[in-house]
Amino acid sequence: MSAAPLLSLDGVEARYGSIAALKGVDVRVDAGEIVALIGANGAGKSTLMMTIFGEPRASRGRIVFDGRDVTNMQAHEIARLGIAQSPEGRRIFPRMSVWENLRMGAALGDPSAFDQDCERMFAIFPRLKERLHQRGGTLSGGEQQMLAIARALMTRPRLLLLDEPSLGLAPLVVKLIFEVIRDLNRQHGLTVFLVEQNAYHALQLAHRGYVLVNGAVTMSGPGRDLLARPEIRAAYLEGGH
Amino acid sequence: MAATDASGPTRLGKALRDAGFAALVAAALSFPILALRAEADMNNTLVLEQRWSWILVAAAAVGSARFFASLLDDWRARAAAVLGAWALLFGAGLAVFSRLLDRDALVWALGAGVLLLAYAWFQETRARPAPAAPAAAAPKTRDALRLFAIAATAAVIAYPIVLLFWLGPQGSLKWINNYGVQILIYVMLGWGLNIVVGLAGLLDLGYVAFFALGAYAYALLSTTFGLSFWLCLPLAGVLAAFAGVLLGFPVLRLRGDYLALVTLAFGEIINIVLTNWVDVTNGEAGVSSIPRITFFGLPFTAADDGFAATFGLGFSPIHRTIFLFYLVLALALLTCFITVRLRRLPLGRAWEALREDDIACRSLGLNTTNIKLTAFALGAMFGGFAGAFFAVRQGFVNPNSFTFMESATILAIVVLGGMGSQTGVALAAVAMIGGTEILRELDFLKRLFGEDFDPNQYRMLIFGLAMVTMMIWKPRGLVSNRQPSIFLKERRAVSGGLVKEGHG
Repeated sequence: MSAAPLLSLDGVEARYGSIAALKGVDVRVDAGEIVALIGANGAGKSTLMMTIFGEPRASRGRIVFDGRDVTNMQAHEIARLGIAQSPEGRRIFPRMSVWENLRMGAALGDPSAFDQDCERMFAIFPRLKERLHQRGGTLSGGEQQMLAIARALMTRPRLLLLDEPSLGLAPLVVKLIFEVIRDLNRQHGLTVFLVEQNAYHALQLAHRGYVLVNGAVTMSGPGRDLLARPEIRAAYLEGGH
Repeated sequence: MAATDASGPTRLGKALRDAGFAALVAAALSFPILALRAEADMNNTLVLEQRWSWILVAAAAVGSARFFASLLDDWRARAAAVLGAWALLFGAGLAVFSRLLDRDALVWALGAGVLLLAYAWFQETRARPAPAAPAAAAPKTRDALRLFAIAATAAVIAYPIVLLFWLGPQGSLKWINNYGVQILIYVMLGWGLNIVVGLAGLLDLGYVAFFALGAYAYALLSTTFGLSFWLCLPLAGVLAAFAGVLLGFPVLRLRGDYLALVTLAFGEIINIVLTNWVDVTNGEAGVSSIPRITFFGLPFTAADDGFAATFGLGFSPIHRTIFLFYLVLALALLTCFITVRLRRLPLGRAWEALREDDIACRSLGLNTTNIKLTAFALGAMFGGFAGAFFAVRQGFVNPNSFTFMESATILAIVVLGGMGSQTGVALAAVAMIGGTEILRELDFLKRLFGEDFDPNQYRMLIFGLAMVTMMIWKPRGLVSNRQPSIFLKERRAVSGGLVKEGHG
């Protein structure tokens, strides 16, 4: 708590034209943490993710990554500072092979480290090795999500942003993906900031969580505490597991 | 095809219904176009000539085609049946209207019709094996394609020599010039545009602007300052690349339709400037007496210091044509070589990634601005090279050579060939440009359709038909396999048909 956070958003506002999607959001992600942001459809979760990357740009407030103000930086400059993103809808390159997708992730890095990094990814996601020459678009949803995460990890990020990694995946695959995220955090100390609709899984996994409602943070706290709150249970877990 | 047999009667009924409907639509659509013809008579007043039989023909042709398309499953059977039906219709038309009492044509038409229908019936009823898995066939396709590319390159290199020995200097001139040089210019333009459209996925409808800039660069630099072609060639490329960057900057934020509109406008702007900036470009009249190509300083003339005299050959205009042929071949191969190499480098992969998904590109730290600009600049540079070559070949340029039609033709070549595929683009250029040239040769059709029949006028109609047909049967172009640019032990490719288009 005392150290400077890895990523902090102070009073960030973002708008699409005249519509305010984010209304003064404060979020803090410390190094080594998994932080989850949960919220309903249209709460502004994905907008928050995109705003960190400057698209849309924050119309008010400050975004600081590792002591540097990134509020007005270009997306690719922000990525180069060490933030990687597995975007909403995964957005893998559908006509390129799995290997080429990974290669694109390593586009900025040291080419000599590529093979080694690839092996690391195959250790985490053995499925990707089996699918190495297949085109991205022919992978199953779960495999595409693995590929999106692996591609993001190829940039050797210090902070990994995950936008709805469970979107449209079978429960077993969701479990697998979340276990991988936990392992990455525990074993490699990777800091993860994830946005989820699947509140139960996300809050179980996360050290801390934020609840976003209509573009503003209404609750925050340790993941398990949030899970225990009756209003969370009522709003996001009703009828769920 | 057991299902066909079981549902035979209903299927026949459905086919008849489809055919009737299609014939009605065809008749309705063709009514304003075909049925009435306004013509000036002897007193120069307008009279309407009525041609109801034309509608009948159109409706019958469309209806019969739709009938067989609905009735038959196998595409070969469909194609044969449709052609056969048309041949029969044609024969019937000959017999009924007897405009041409050409008994041979009648026999041929009816014979061909019956044969084609018989073939269609045979194809349709024949037992067919289950289609093989496409993924398994892919590596074979790729190897075959590679072999084909090498063989085709060798054949193109040998082409003028073979023709020269076969037809002699006089006879081969047309074939080397019209079918060789002309096609190769478009192959080169297609490969250049392929970088922008096929690889980087930026739809450019104004590519001809760079072609024009290259052509005018050589034309003006050589006539005004007396610079040689070999100096102007790189200059034209640089100038066009610079224009590509200029175009690139304002359109960086645009995508898809919007980008296409701006590039379309850019092409028109260049054309209008070339037409109206009379002081520099001489307007519609164009720039003439552009210095012709020399053999590295030796002019292709009958003079004593000319190419022929220096090498002890008899003078012939074929020398220049052959030299031009190899020059444009070298330029085209250079374009291809650079593109193929770049595809395996990070820049080329970044182009393709940009085509697939530009948001993902940015989130991976790629500077999409630079990637787009390099694609525009490089594509434009090759367009500029081709333009300089065009100017030195023609010896004359004016804005009429650089209309939107040219952009559309080049784009059609890229799309028909299969975006991103070098072999496909080359094949499409041969088919489209060669096809246009062949239309000029079809004089015998005049015997059938009358003296004022000019097959060349049907060029656009045929292009359109080819385009529609391709979009139905091979929506990803002639060569739709995309080869991965990196591979471990062996390359593999999955048929493009199995993969959906990228979004973004």
